[in-house]
Amino acid sequence: MAFASIFVPNFMVQAVVRAEPALRERALALIDGNPPLCNVVAVDEKAAQAGIECGMTKANAAQFPGVEIRPRSRPQEKSAHAALLDIGWSVSPQIEDTAEDAIVLDLSGLDHLYRSEGEIAAHLAQRSSGCGLLPNVAVASNIETAVLAARGFTGTTVIPLGKESEYLSSLPVSVLPLSEETAETLNRWGVHTCGALAGLPVLQISERLGQEGVHLHALARGAESRSPIVAEQAISFEEEMALDDAVEELDPLSFLLGRLLDQLCARLAARSLAAVAIRVHFELQPAFENAIDPRKEPALQKYLPAVYDTRIELPIPMRDSKMLLKLLRLRLQSNPPAAPIQKMALVAESVRPRAMQGGLFLPCYPEPAKLELTIARIANVVGEGNVGSPSLTDTHCPDGFQMRRFLISIDAGKFDIEKKDSFRREQRNQFFKTPASFRAFRPPVPARLELHEECPVRVMFQGMQGRVLAASGPWRISGDWWRENPWQQEEWDLEIDFLPSMGRDASANRRPDRGVYRLYYDALRQSWFVRGIYD
Amino acid sequence: MSSKAAALRLQIESVLAGRHASPFEYRDRRIVETVPAGVPAIDNLTGGLPRGSLTEIYGPPCAGKTSFLVSTLASRTTASEVCALVDARDAFDLRSAESMGVKLNQLVWVRCRNADQALRATDLLIQGGGFGLIALDLSDTPPCEVRSVSLPVWFRFRRAVEYTPTILLLLDQESNAKSCASLVLRLRTEETNWSQTSESPEEISLPHPPGLLLDGWKSYAEIVRSSAKPQERAAISKDFRKDGADFEMQTIWNASHATQRRHISALPQGARKKR
Repeated sequence: MAFASIFVPNFMVQAVVRAEPALRERALALIDGNPPLCNVVAVDEKAAQAGIECGMTKANAAQFPGVEIRPRSRPQEKSAHAALLDIGWSVSPQIEDTAEDAIVLDLSGLDHLYRSEGEIAAHLAQRSSGCGLLPNVAVASNIETAVLAARGFTGTTVIPLGKESEYLSSLPVSVLPLSEETAETLNRWGVHTCGALAGLPVLQISERLGQEGVHLHALARGAESRSPIVAEQAISFEEEMALDDAVEELDPLSFLLGRLLDQLCARLAARSLAAVAIRVHFELQPAFENAIDPRKEPALQKYLPAVYDTRIELPIPMRDSKMLLKLLRLRLQSNPPAAPIQKMALVAESVRPRAMQGGLFLPCYPEPAKLELTIARIANVVGEGNVGSPSLTDTHCPDGFQMRRFLISIDAGKFDIEKKDSFRREQRNQFFKTPASFRAFRPPVPARLELHEECPVRVMFQGMQGRVLAASGPWRISGDWWRENPWQQEEWDLEIDFLPSMGRDASANRRPDRGVYRLYYDALRQSWFVRGIYD
Repeated sequence: MSSKAAALRLQIESVLAGRHASPFEYRDRRIVETVPAGVPAIDNLTGGLPRGSLTEIYGPPCAGKTSFLVSTLASRTTASEVCALVDARDAFDLRSAESMGVKLNQLVWVRCRNADQALRATDLLIQGGGFGLIALDLSDTPPCEVRSVSLPVWFRFRRAVEYTPTILLLLDQESNAKSCASLVLRLRTEETNWSQTSESPEEISLPHPPGLLLDGWKSYAEIVRSSAKPQERAAISKDFRKDGADFEMQTIWNASHATQRRHISALPQGARKKR
């Protein structure tokens, strides 16, 4: 049985760099605390070389030229830790959440998938770098040795069975979980390495340091063993980012969203999952200066919302960050937040990616992801709710329909010859000629009618006047009388011969000299309307 | 002479290098696939709608353009193709479309408010690709507004659908796409058919007798332009010698009455009397 441990050195710095990869090339110092009492809590290698140390005040650190000073970001640390767990679950289902910056993987049973433990360690390191982390990976026969080796050795380390003590001997005692008092005692004894500690007789250590000493001695020898505490697999993927300065414009915002989506997609890819929906949560800047007007009553003040939430449903599970960013941008363009954004969070709802094989002789249909993008772009032009798949509502009310999101069904591409033949047969049976269609006027056009013995004889609408040549009706329909918006109508099909001289200006919609229209009398509103034209 | 021609050819090829791969290469004329529109008379006349081309149907209101469009949508959606309808004036009637066999779940309907929105939506749909049919319905848009659309727009649309399986169908009141359209049909109304269900002579003699039913109407379709050569049309269409054809539209209730009548006429003599 073998265990692998992944340890992220300088975790606070790596969490910030993961969200902003350009910082990797620069000297970085992280500060924490309540302003103005902010102290440096973490530095990267370049900043340490420049002379910045933990505990310095922000003012001191700012005197060093070329050093980026950033606040410590707990949301990013949380995301980085979640990413670390995802890296572990991408290889093994048995993961121990050891610390914020370290996890342990149970590698039992993986020998069928990987040729060697070294390959597993290399794979974990590669996955981690894909998620923006540069960890130390160590594989050993017991958990504690793997954890100590990951903390002590840089890069990947594989400790063969029985050589734990030999490998650990060179590590400093600071990698052990020492209390302050014990560390001081060992320092006083001149014991600086694990090898030196392991060389001491255990009985005498027990007499001087008690059970803690025995435990440390076993750790230093690589002889301590325990079972892993298995963590439950997370099914939600969340990435957060807190901003120093609130962002108002879409371009810088989409740059930041792109980074979050890249990280989210890398985590999804690590778990072999894809997003079926993306939830967006923004915390907005409180805009008291803009919202409060002293001249108005407090009750009439316009308070802007503090958060912005939206959800993007995807037609197929996907993890293409560029495509997701385009969809997110389009959503934010059509429905922008009311105030600048100071904190953002993206949550991916994950499912297994769809695996489908296309056919050679299938009719073409749009690629679902591309179609979703096209529809989102069109919705930006014509408005949300004006594009999609129509469906009739369960009502007798004319023109009762609703717009739904267009989704390509799984069998959309199946060319069903039988279905096509049955359609033709049906059409042949039902219609000897071409079925007549109808064009609706939305909203219905108000009309004036002249009646003779309750039958329309003359019609006026849209500045045109016409004589009724033939009339069919009335066809009485009504419904929804049990609701707030009942309707009661008398429909007529009228063949109208328009008079040539009546108000046809060039800009108006050209009407035919003669046409068959459907008009109705709204009994509740007691007026006539044109519903549409047969065309 | 031949060396001069070779030198000239070499010179032209070197000038066009990078812009045109092989300017002197012989290319076969593109074989255009056609699909039935679902209107037998027009299918016989034209051989169907060409894929990868712009087809324009124009005519006054009430000429049967919408019936033609809906028949085509029914034909394509039944063949499991995804279709898109860009409706410039939000005039598409779903009930009649569904009763004519259009599978609404295979249709992307874009409801626009003006021609500008419709053109932008069409552009996006064409760029998106993968549609069997994209119909741009400008029938209710004032002709002067459609006339102001510049010819390069139609040309761009034609080029965008070229070499794709998409049929781009344009419906308007006047011909606007000109030479950009591979097939242009003009429709006009011939006559409206009404049937009298009342048998009372007094009622029939009234100016607007009761019991009148709209049966449908007859229209005439005329080919204004077709990019298919006569021999190609002969191969794909039955009525290739004609330039126009009558076609009739019938209302849904008339169709169901006709079906009933047909069923009654198909019954044995005794059974018919009983009914």
